[in-house]
Amino acid sequence: MNRKAVLLLCILGIFLLILPKITNAYVLSVATLILFFAYTGQAWNVMMGFAGQLSLGHSLYVGVGAYAAAGLFFHYGVGPWAGLWLAIVLCVLLGMLIGFLAFRFSISGVYFALLTIAFAEFTRIGFDHIDWLGGPGGLFIKVAQRDKMDLLNFRGPPAMYYYAILALAAGAFILCFFLLRSRAGYYWQAIRENEEAAQALGINVFRWKMLAVAISSGLTAIAGVFYAFYYNNLFPEQIFHISRSIEIILGPIIGGVGTLFGPILGAAVLTLLADGITELLAAMGLEFPGIKQVFYGVVLLLVVMFLPHGIWPALAKRLGVAR
Amino acid sequence: MNFLEIQGISKSFRGLKAVANASFEVPRGAIVALIGPNGAGKTTCFNVIAGVFAPDSGKVIFKNKEIQGFRPDQVCAAGIGRTFQIVKPFAGLSVLDNVIVGALQRERSVSSARVFSLSLLTKLKLDAKKDLPASSLTLPDRKRLEVARALATRPALLLLDEAMAGLRPTECDEMVGVFRDLNRADGLTILLIEHVMRAVMALAQKVVVLHHGEIIASGTPAEVVRDPAVLECYLGEETEV
Repeated sequence: MNRKAVLLLCILGIFLLILPKITNAYVLSVATLILFFAYTGQAWNVMMGFAGQLSLGHSLYVGVGAYAAAGLFFHYGVGPWAGLWLAIVLCVLLGMLIGFLAFRFSISGVYFALLTIAFAEFTRIGFDHIDWLGGPGGLFIKVAQRDKMDLLNFRGPPAMYYYAILALAAGAFILCFFLLRSRAGYYWQAIRENEEAAQALGINVFRWKMLAVAISSGLTAIAGVFYAFYYNNLFPEQIFHISRSIEIILGPIIGGVGTLFGPILGAAVLTLLADGITELLAAMGLEFPGIKQVFYGVVLLLVVMFLPHGIWPALAKRLGVAR
Repeated sequence: MNFLEIQGISKSFRGLKAVANASFEVPRGAIVALIGPNGAGKTTCFNVIAGVFAPDSGKVIFKNKEIQGFRPDQVCAAGIGRTFQIVKPFAGLSVLDNVIVGALQRERSVSSARVFSLSLLTKLKLDAKKDLPASSLTLPDRKRLEVARALATRPALLLLDEAMAGLRPTECDEMVGVFRDLNRADGLTILLIEHVMRAVMALAQKVVVLHHGEIIASGTPAEVVRDPAVLECYLGEETEV
């Protein structure tokens, strides 16, 4: 990273820090959504962008993380700061189970992706039958009082959630920055580029792929906890749905797989444009259900056709900053 | 005790015997060439040593330790580096990063791995291209990168699978110089598969000839090229005209 990139990052950081002071609740909610997808995209990117393992079932970790923390809170009044750890442990174990099955028995590429979908799907169906967690009717936790701040139970005004997800997104960015420059980053990229050559250079491919899955699933679990306490309601049909997994991966794909800024840029572009179009149509008195999905499809098509490495690498070249 | 000892290894693929009861030794500090016509089982032999396949029977003994059945990364950790016949660069990474991946096998930190990698790139005359993506290299440069990456793991034994194939004679001679230098100055033991006889004759102290998975001759290069069995397998039987 060069000086220009650091400067850009500082400007972005300051802007994001003062955002709640200068905008209204609507803009803040959109910004929260962008940061949420920037964070989950960053987490997914560790697995796919760094280590080359395509997961199409990351909704699994969002969902399990969310239900773990929400369930503890709902039934036992255990706050999310404790529930967080259960969420992380469960998701890391799940991720490593999938990783073990896949990497031990040489399931790779498309078949690995199918395995991740399968796990997310049968968990979705499974959760429909767990009455303790609300089943298909959903799990609801007490809605936060907007004016009162209860940090211990992570209840408070929208700005609190905004700063929480900002901290998460920034933390994930910094973590990935260092991971990419560490031994793990070199090994993951080697595995991504050519597994056979990586192994010949002494890399225990199984172990390092497992580490990527563990970090990715653990990070995503935290996003799930945030989701549960931000939206206050959970439905298996929504949270585990494959469209959620797709939403998570669109950001990094459009922004640039394997890059640090890609997930952030992709999340911003997608969310802003999708919300913008919906708003614009609403203002014109038109309503098209599902227009967001159509829009995602079009953007994906355009990016794949014209910027196959994503927007960020092309933009970085223009700006003259390091990728 | 020999440095590397292959004791009666056999390997079949669905009934096809690729290597049958092959035995040979590589003494410490030597350069040994494994030659033979296409399909003779050379690469299979290599892959057994490098841990890609476990042999059906037989032993691979390296520095008094049985290593047959090791995974490739364990073989590398034991001190055997290899290059691939069809080069496998990490295409999206820079030339320097390619070598750093290998160097991390023995180096503690990324920064010390970078220093060591730079010295290797200089040795293999790739230092001017260190920041280019590996995908942009020409074939001769990719072959050099393959060697640099394997050397970065600080092997005691280097396996070269047709490192000269596709090189022009001058480039080939240059590579011969590099390997001879590594062998003499650093005491690196080399086992190579090679079709380019120019390189074999210049480098190898001992040649082992494989044919249909079996070893039919071994000796100095000069002895082997006069061996009737070797001539027969390459050129066919001699007949009176």
